[in-house]
Amino acid sequence: MLRYVVRRLLTLVGIVIVISVGSFYLIHLLPGNPATVILGTGDSPANRALLYQQLGLNRPLVAQYFIWMGNVLHGNLGVSFISQTSVAATIRAALPIDIELIVLSQILAFALAIPLAMRSARHPDGWVDRLLSAGSFTLLSIPPFILIVLLVLVVSIKLGVANTGPSAYVALGTDWVANLESLSLPAVTLALGSFVVYFRVLRSDLIATLQEEFIAMARSKGISHRRIMWRHALRPSSVALLGAAGVNIGGLLAGGFVVEYLLAIPGLGYTLISGIASSDYLLVQGIVLVVSVGVVLVNFLFDFAINLIDPRISRE
Amino acid sequence: MSSAVTRTHELDESPPDDARAPLGPLFWVCVAWLALNVVGAVFANVLPLDNPLYQNYSLVNAGPSLHHWFGTDDLGRDIFSRVVFGSRVSLAVGAGSMLIGFGIGAPLGMLAAYRRGRLDALLSAVMYVALAFPAIVAVIAVLSFWTPRTLVKIILVIGLASTPLVYRVIRAATMSVATRDFVIAAKVQGATDRRILLRELTPNVAPIGISFLLIGVATVVALEGALAFLGLSVNPPTPSWGNMINEARTVMSQNPWLVLFPSAAMCLLLLALNFVGDRLRHHFEVAEVKL
Repeated sequence: MLRYVVRRLLTLVGIVIVISVGSFYLIHLLPGNPATVILGTGDSPANRALLYQQLGLNRPLVAQYFIWMGNVLHGNLGVSFISQTSVAATIRAALPIDIELIVLSQILAFALAIPLAMRSARHPDGWVDRLLSAGSFTLLSIPPFILIVLLVLVVSIKLGVANTGPSAYVALGTDWVANLESLSLPAVTLALGSFVVYFRVLRSDLIATLQEEFIAMARSKGISHRRIMWRHALRPSSVALLGAAGVNIGGLLAGGFVVEYLLAIPGLGYTLISGIASSDYLLVQGIVLVVSVGVVLVNFLFDFAINLIDPRISRE
Repeated sequence: MSSAVTRTHELDESPPDDARAPLGPLFWVCVAWLALNVVGAVFANVLPLDNPLYQNYSLVNAGPSLHHWFGTDDLGRDIFSRVVFGSRVSLAVGAGSMLIGFGIGAPLGMLAAYRRGRLDALLSAVMYVALAFPAIVAVIAVLSFWTPRTLVKIILVIGLASTPLVYRVIRAATMSVATRDFVIAAKVQGATDRRILLRELTPNVAPIGISFLLIGVATVVALEGALAFLGLSVNPPTPSWGNMINEARTVMSQNPWLVLFPSAAMCLLLLALNFVGDRLRHHFEVAEVKL
């Protein structure tokens, strides 16, 4: 177990270094002189000198990387020349919104997926199972950006439900009820996307688990079906579920970008897309770095959690 | 598949048709729908469609009618024609990126699984690191810096981003057949590696590859739609389903058709791709189990 964790940690460090190199190199993909493009409207001799000092643009590429990396490790992602604010501060303000959105959507997704998968696995190929499987398969073919547009069209425009339309976002600290209302459609959109994945994984895993001898044993002891499901079958099946949840994080973030963009919710996604639109490249670079490292860390934690539940995995 | 060695080499002969899961009529409906989409995209120029860029200001935000089947948008352009022309971007990105992803990932995956050893260790390590990188974030990042965005760049970026996943799937599929008796028999007969890879392994990996390819195309089409929705795909006025939906969001309350038709077109295409891919996988899986 310890060897496994050490090995995984080393890989993690390697991957984070690769990500940092990639994020660093992004500004050199810009056409022309990066300084001109990054400064944009803020191009003045003073700013130019500042940028050169900040990024070391007249140094060799390798030296530039270490200057940039040194700054990043001190929590300094640079100052945006477009909005004149620190990139790190902008990210710190936006990140909690994404976390809230993801947590809400995951609570909804699990609350839907676990009971429905259990119901489906109880009689595989029964009419409930067929209906749920067909439904989840159809849902799989509706991308989040279409789902959110359709939900907004129906719920906030046709039905006129308050606080759900574009630009209705209210901060959690201001009014938590209005905050939940403004995040309801995005959370449902992300939840449905995750639900499909969790439902399908858990359903097939439960069907396999229910054929095991210890379930037959529990049944023959007269334990109720509900208790067998929750106390005996769910735990061995939760490994696959956690694995799916870990893999799902990347897609969840992309879905988050889309819903935030449509409803002007000032999370990382909205900030990223506005940054791209206003050519605020230092901001975009900072968000890319933070989000990528975040996804990799979350994946690592999920791997670790799976190992705690089922230690056999690390022994292979 | 540890029991693979004890199996006989029946896979060489195609199993009797009744051993396979039936494809069903819905499968063929989906195949027909896919064919219709491809024909529409390829021949959009030749078909008797309105010019998708022609703006008729006397007929703005009109509902569906005989002249304009899907109505017109906020600039008076024919939505039906824009949906048909829009499929070009989706299908080009879907097919093009998967061509790159499979072109690089599939041969490397097969080679790694067949040769094993150092080559496999090296390739798999590289691909493992690449897989850990959140591909969607990487695609958005590269496309936001690498301007101006053209169709070729989008295809290239998504194609390269999909390569590690293709590699992993094809490698796993090849591993499950590479140690079977018919491969060993071919080796004993002195067949060259090239021959074994092309004549023995490829036909057995192909079914899994094709179903994964279709599901991959669906994933890429949805991704391109999301990118276009965010303004990170081909630039307007070139119609694509994603940028049509993006433009529609500001006039959603006056003209819901503008949202509904491109959305329906994309969902139906994705449904057909996913369904055909899924059915093919079951079809071939059952054939293996019954052996």
